[in-house]
Amino acid sequence: MLTSYPRLRAILLRVAQAVPVVVGVVVISFLLTRALPGDPAVYFAGVAADEASIEETRVAMGLDKPLPVQFVRYVGDLLQGDLGQSLSSGRPVATDLASRLPASLELTLTALILAVVIAVPLGVLAATRPGTWVDHLCRVVVTAGVSLPTFFTGILLIYIFYYLLGIAPSPLGRLDFIYLSPDHVTGFYLIDAALMGDWETWRGAAKQLVLPAATLALFTLAPIARMTRAAMLTALSSDFIRTARAAGLSRRAVLYRYALRNALLPVVTTLGMVFSFALGANVLVEKVFAWPGIGSYAVEALVVSDYAAVQGFVLAMALLFVLLNLVVDLLYTAIDPRIGFDAK
Amino acid sequence: MTDQTSRRNFLKMGAAGASMLPFLRVMPAAAQGNDTLVVVTGATINSLDLHRTGTSRASYQVGINCYDRLLTFGTKEVPGNGLSYDYSVVEPELAESWSVSDDGMTLTFKLKPNATFWDGRKVTAADVKWSFDRAVSVGGFPTVQMKAGGLERPEQFIAEDDATFVIKLDRPSKLTIPDLAVPVPYIINSVEALEHATDDDPWALEYLHTTPAGSGAYKVARWNPGEQLVYERNDDWVGGPLPAAQRVIIREVPSPATRRALVERGDVQVAFNIPDKDAAELAETLDVFSTPVENCIHCLCPNFAFEPFQDPDVRKAIAYAVPYEDIFQAAAFGRGLPLWGGSEEITDTAWPRKTQYYTDLDKAKEHMAKSGYAEGFDVPLSISLDLASWMEPTALLVQEALGKIGINVTIEKIPGANWRTAVLVEKRLPLHLENFGGWLNTPDYYFFWAYKDGHLFNSSNYRNEEIEALVDATLHMPMDDPEYAPQIKRMFEIALDELPRIPLYQPALNVATNGAEGYEFWFHRQLDARVLKAV
Repeated sequence: MLTSYPRLRAILLRVAQAVPVVVGVVVISFLLTRALPGDPAVYFAGVAADEASIEETRVAMGLDKPLPVQFVRYVGDLLQGDLGQSLSSGRPVATDLASRLPASLELTLTALILAVVIAVPLGVLAATRPGTWVDHLCRVVVTAGVSLPTFFTGILLIYIFYYLLGIAPSPLGRLDFIYLSPDHVTGFYLIDAALMGDWETWRGAAKQLVLPAATLALFTLAPIARMTRAAMLTALSSDFIRTARAAGLSRRAVLYRYALRNALLPVVTTLGMVFSFALGANVLVEKVFAWPGIGSYAVEALVVSDYAAVQGFVLAMALLFVLLNLVVDLLYTAIDPRIGFDAK
Repeated sequence: MTDQTSRRNFLKMGAAGASMLPFLRVMPAAAQGNDTLVVVTGATINSLDLHRTGTSRASYQVGINCYDRLLTFGTKEVPGNGLSYDYSVVEPELAESWSVSDDGMTLTFKLKPNATFWDGRKVTAADVKWSFDRAVSVGGFPTVQMKAGGLERPEQFIAEDDATFVIKLDRPSKLTIPDLAVPVPYIINSVEALEHATDDDPWALEYLHTTPAGSGAYKVARWNPGEQLVYERNDDWVGGPLPAAQRVIIREVPSPATRRALVERGDVQVAFNIPDKDAAELAETLDVFSTPVENCIHCLCPNFAFEPFQDPDVRKAIAYAVPYEDIFQAAAFGRGLPLWGGSEEITDTAWPRKTQYYTDLDKAKEHMAKSGYAEGFDVPLSISLDLASWMEPTALLVQEALGKIGINVTIEKIPGANWRTAVLVEKRLPLHLENFGGWLNTPDYYFFWAYKDGHLFNSSNYRNEEIEALVDATLHMPMDDPEYAPQIKRMFEIALDELPRIPLYQPALNVATNGAEGYEFWFHRQLDARVLKAV
């Protein structure tokens, strides 16, 4: 039956190919967390713990067992969908991820959309008018974007728009405290608030999102703009564009139907990459804006050797990237029909 | 939001403009203006139950604000620094009165007759017993802390009748009463907890972890770990004067720069535990309280397991080489108290005290020349990356100064997760920085943890037979005993002469307020929300 749906078959095949990757990630993340410096039992036994209470903690955490036993137990729990209990947050890792991953994704996706909306037109304009002020502007924005670290941009934006001008809301995370968070459906506050029809909260969440998303967008638009410009320049100087122009196609058709569409492939690739490192760069933005995201969660878990949380984070990220790669590949085939799954 | 409309003003404007806000729909009392206080802190509250393994320090505040103890401490003024708890005055919280038997072995507490839990049930001695049993049975930190006051086994706790609770001690100790006023022995609604206890979890650790069941001044209205905790006042509280704020919101903001911007703008009323640098700079514009932390010392510790440090002249050379003033300014921005340049003669039992040492390179060189290591040696100086804000500048200054007397120091930075194991458990760091502070404010208690052989905070592997005997003798002795002061003075004398720990300065806990008053410092270094008031 699947043969009659080649695309579905291809997707399933890709998903099946991801299984060994995920298994590898499970093993490696388990081993790497155990290789972390520090003894979580000592850390979690508390400030004034003596050796007996450290030992009690170790037993309670299951860390007294040999590594293979711990691993089998971990995999067993994992198969039942149990990611374990985070010791630093005191909640199941799955719950933590469910509340924090959407926060990070909402921020990153908003920033990416913002970046694409600015960077792609900027890149196109710069490519069509090389050497003009637009091109220079593009270069300045790109240079500024990559050279300003996000925590600096973040603090600068807070200083100007919140501290001096007072037009931005207080950088207190996803929602100011006068709002209640919307009921959890997707975990994306903008979507959840819209689903509830609670536009007051929606506006509150959107306002909180502006500064951190702008910070992250400034950082991510640089590679996108650069890549758009370069790809457009290549496309515009290629033979088929010359042919199209010679055939008398309108400037608009040449630019958008032929040049941009061909230039989009590398841009989509860059987008996939930018998305992955933006999730990493999030950590600093999250700290500055008190954003309860996954980056700061992972860093804190790492610092205290909170095994379950780190493993859960790595696994969630691995699954996210498998998904992301799939989406990027699907986008390829949508943009360029010549690329089929079979070719891969 | 413009300059004129800060959040406070906004709430003050009342229901007229704010009636559309969902928050007010759910919690209409917020429209009353001064009723809500917002506090920002950098630390994470990861559990609502202090007795649980892995509960972070910041979470202790739930134990303080949501639960009651039998006893609490009084309040005193700290000159120039607002209010502080008063170790010397013990006041009732859930107990109405208490008495100590003549031999000091039996403590009898009468509970307040009108004390109720949040669910309306009367607080009984059985609840107290269950809570104390729990604290001594769950292991880990709470059990260790209970032990410090001589509270070790459930058999010691007797619920005589509903209103009478008795503690039987193995030996009289001056630490027992104060230890009942620390955050650990709080009283839980045992009936509610037992409903949720299971065979695997007889102490309802899972339930109380997320759902406090107490009688305290505040209930937890909302808790989003990693984001915020919202306290809602319990109007039936009898443990003390009713708190002024109806609601206190604790918001977690990891970046110190952001916390500072928030409190400067007045959008939050309290910034708790701010860095020394911010405290020094904000002191001119806001109310900043920098209370020296009682019984806490930032120390440079030469480890006796490292051979050159067994030479007393080497340790003294270091003590004279350390640039105390520079460290105090660079690492603490002058917040806290200096602990150098005192007199050698010990006339009182105040601790921490100024040592007889001061920066004098000539003296340092003299001692080095006298020692068996006149030509110097190499040593790593270890610091924790988690505590880098004070340890890093301190280490750099120490490195520079010791270089001048021939000790070649390399700085070793240890990740936070590794630090406790290396410094306190394995005690393997030759030269390191350490910052122990004791909750119970007596010198003998400090010495018990930091100078006795094998004890956790004795990271220098120091052992002195006389100190061992003196600590054992003084630990439970009443402070007005005529034997007490001379023995304590002798302890100081030995410790400051032998220098297993070289005191650098006494750190401060910094709190900035903008629109709130009544802040009170506590030894546990967490926020007591009950005394805060909006202005």
